[in-house]
Amino acid sequence: MMFGFFADLGRAVLDRVNRLGRASIFFVQVLAASWQLIPRFQLLLQQIYAVGVLTLLIILVAGLFVGMVLGFQGYTTLVRFGAEDSLGLLVALSLVRELGPVVTALLFAGRAGSALTAEIGLMKATEQLAGMEMMAVNPLMRVIAPRLIAGMIAMPILAALFSAIGVLGGHLVGVELLGVDSGSYWSQMRENVDIYDDIFNGVIKSLVFGVACAWIAVFEGYDAVPTSEGVSRATNRTVVYSSLSVLGLDFVLTSLMFGEA
Amino acid sequence: MVDRRVVEIWVGVFVLLGGLALAMLAFMVGNVRVTELFGAQEYQITAQFDNIGGLKVKAPVTLAGVRIGRVSSIYVDQQDFRAVVEMTISNSYNNLPTDTTAIILTSGVLGEQYIGIEPGGEETFLKNGDQIILTQSALVLENLIGQFLYSAGGDGDTDGISKLAGTLERLIERLFEEESKKGAK
Repeated sequence: MMFGFFADLGRAVLDRVNRLGRASIFFVQVLAASWQLIPRFQLLLQQIYAVGVLTLLIILVAGLFVGMVLGFQGYTTLVRFGAEDSLGLLVALSLVRELGPVVTALLFAGRAGSALTAEIGLMKATEQLAGMEMMAVNPLMRVIAPRLIAGMIAMPILAALFSAIGVLGGHLVGVELLGVDSGSYWSQMRENVDIYDDIFNGVIKSLVFGVACAWIAVFEGYDAVPTSEGVSRATNRTVVYSSLSVLGLDFVLTSLMFGEA
Repeated sequence: MVDRRVVEIWVGVFVLLGGLALAMLAFMVGNVRVTELFGAQEYQITAQFDNIGGLKVKAPVTLAGVRIGRVSSIYVDQQDFRAVVEMTISNSYNNLPTDTTAIILTSGVLGEQYIGIEPGGEETFLKNGDQIILTQSALVLENLIGQFLYSAGGDGDTDGISKLAGTLERLIERLFEEESKKGAK
């Protein structure tokens, strides 16, 4: 009775560590196979289209609305202190430092990550991956690597677009609707947003999130139990794990980047 | 499957949009000037202060209110324990006289501190690496109150201090009244 509890706990921990180890080996194997993509550039383009271009619309709409809401909320708070001129700064810093990379990564996990897992899981369930191996085609190179690399490339671009359109959304509400001076909206932003501290660190964040989301998505697909139920569970796990790891990584990265200031 | 040509066009557009967004963030949101990318035309000068107050790296350096440079680093001179402030000034302002004064000022009541430059009348100009001799330290509120109290009670009687305390109390009460009026509005 007593030992049963310890055994369950131990098994759970061992399973998870085991899975993490397999995921790490898988990641290294895929990266090692990915140089073979150079002569097969077309594969990568297909995946950038599937992962990046098709996610564009939801990112742009979300960015615009997040920017507009920041404009409203920021204005009602700042106007109390007579500091509504700093609205541009508030909107830009919130977006570039935090909301841009994080919300983009969460949407990316939901829109692109789940699709990747389902696609790869289904390929596995219908034994397409095994078929490739029979034909001496390495599925890691042919299927997994383009998707992983495409995710890494697409995430920073999507996050930059999210932040950029969010700033415009804040301008739309703050300047056009609520009457903040357009000059001070931009100049306050320009004075206080730093190219390295804020923008470059934001790009680094989105790159890290891109690696995490794409890695989790392809591994969950590749590791899925090859049944319809297994694929659905894997897809579920992709979204949950991606979101949690993005939020956790964000805390770590933020405290590393902005902690000492 | 979408046509290969269409995929290529869309990916091209996607990457281009991403580049544009980054450029917009860098140039419109961040403060990158094109000249800064190709090796900025600027020079360094230093100034020593007894006390820099809340001055920070990257604070603006202004001449007649116009920004001409920024504070690039702040450290303490180990010999005489004064603060040394290094400033980077744009090369378009390379004709500052050697007897120029550097003053630490505050924008607004609670604003950020910055350095104001007041040019002197010498014929020779400050060069890269030169030091501004004439400086004026930041106003530190605690020191100011201390000095004021000291001069008020300087002649031995404590009468001055209690008078001052009374004045301060009335002042603070007035401030609170005005604040609450503002709040009521």
